[in-house]
Amino acid sequence: MRLLPSGDAGLLVELDDLDAVLALHRTLAAEPPAGVLDVVPASRTVLLVLDPALTTVGAVATAVGRTRPTAADRTGGELVELPVVYDGEDLADVGELLGCSPAEVVARHTGTEWTVAFGGFAPGFGYLTAAEGTWDVPRRASPRTRVPAGAVALAGEFSGVYPRESPGGWQLLGHTDTAVFDLHREPAALLRPGVRIRFVDVS
Amino acid sequence: MLTPGPLTTVQDRGRPGRAAEGIGRSGVCDRGSAALGNRLLGNDPDAAVLEVTAGGLAVRAEAGLWLVLTGARCAGPAPHAAPFWLAAGEELRLGPPVSGLRTYVAVRGGIAVDPVLGSRSTDLLSGLGPPVLTARDVLPVGTAAGDPGTVDVVGVLDPPSGGVTVTVLPGPRADWFTDEAHTALTGTGWTVTGDGNRVGLRLSGPELTRVRTGELPSEGMVRGALQVPPSGQPVLFLADHPVTGGYPVIGYVAEPDVDRCGQLAPGQTLRFRRR
Repeated sequence: MRLLPSGDAGLLVELDDLDAVLALHRTLAAEPPAGVLDVVPASRTVLLVLDPALTTVGAVATAVGRTRPTAADRTGGELVELPVVYDGEDLADVGELLGCSPAEVVARHTGTEWTVAFGGFAPGFGYLTAAEGTWDVPRRASPRTRVPAGAVALAGEFSGVYPRESPGGWQLLGHTDTAVFDLHREPAALLRPGVRIRFVDVS
Repeated sequence: MLTPGPLTTVQDRGRPGRAAEGIGRSGVCDRGSAALGNRLLGNDPDAAVLEVTAGGLAVRAEAGLWLVLTGARCAGPAPHAAPFWLAAGEELRLGPPVSGLRTYVAVRGGIAVDPVLGSRSTDLLSGLGPPVLTARDVLPVGTAAGDPGTVDVVGVLDPPSGGVTVTVLPGPRADWFTDEAHTALTGTGWTVTGDGNRVGLRLSGPELTRVRTGELPSEGMVRGALQVPPSGQPVLFLADHPVTGGYPVIGYVAEPDVDRCGQLAPGQTLRFRRR
């Protein structure tokens, strides 16, 4: 891991791959160093946001250096089942891109265990990565101006669920009625980094 | 609320601890000024205040209130950095700022709108929190737990007009930029453009050129980040900054100086010095 400076209220840790990000995030989120307000994973980095009144970048760097994330930290998260109606407008197109039928796309999507790697696009949006198998689906050539809340989608190596209506360029497979973001729930986001997801076909 | 002026929002210390859920901290842009107002009134440090952007606010007290104005001093008769009593039926009217951009109106007891995810801050980027205030809104006021302050007035420096210099610290992607870019960063009087907001300031000056042209996978950032999009014109992130960003961050404004950046008005000049 490489420690990169981010001013006096942050420390950015750069890692080799997403698995290392997941493991370090899980270790740090479970037991954040003193004075750390936020632990923010992304595709190759974990940012620690600290309160300069309570700690220093140096102390946080020392604490990060002492962590020993293990492979088990990659897979030990809470498991959530999401019921999905696979009626997405891009299901057939995704089948063509992957060289299989729409039914096989559904079988592969539900047969994969996904893990929330990181968020960032909007509150409650999680980038879901597959534990096994490879998904590589390009974004749509022209993004939609309106993707409904609950849309279950694919782009690149990731799957995701739109927490609220927004513009979006991901390929739509279907929709879920489960609220992935709820202001009256604590935590509000269902798809938090480390959470494992199984999609269940209820079409 | 008689009129909110160009922009008035309810703010407190924000929603730290939720960035992994995609929820930014938000909160007041000038933490020091807002904290001073609450302290002068004996409020909880988490009490919500009004953040008035570029003055122009007019409110009427439905019941008598203790108030303190901090941050940008506005034209008009209201005292600044000094508690005063606004009797029932009386109005507070703020003119344009004399200097600075954001004025904080602290009320004894705090603004008691319903919190959203533990905070009363309006996050203009994500849309979380209470709505932006409009004329005819009625704002509830809470009850203060602490003793009222006994301070008549405090001597605080007004946010400066004209040029401001802040300390810049290394950013995670400093090595993505040319030596010329690093020289230009600290050797330039950057102009604060008119299209800044609570998300960030857009600065105008020489193009900050890169030695690396590849794409950067999005990564987390905090306020004070100087992110450089392909235009080469840096964006200085403030309270409502995105949780992650995909452009390289050349440097960070030192945390104690970020408050002062939140007071910069369009047309002011910002300089960076290294520590």
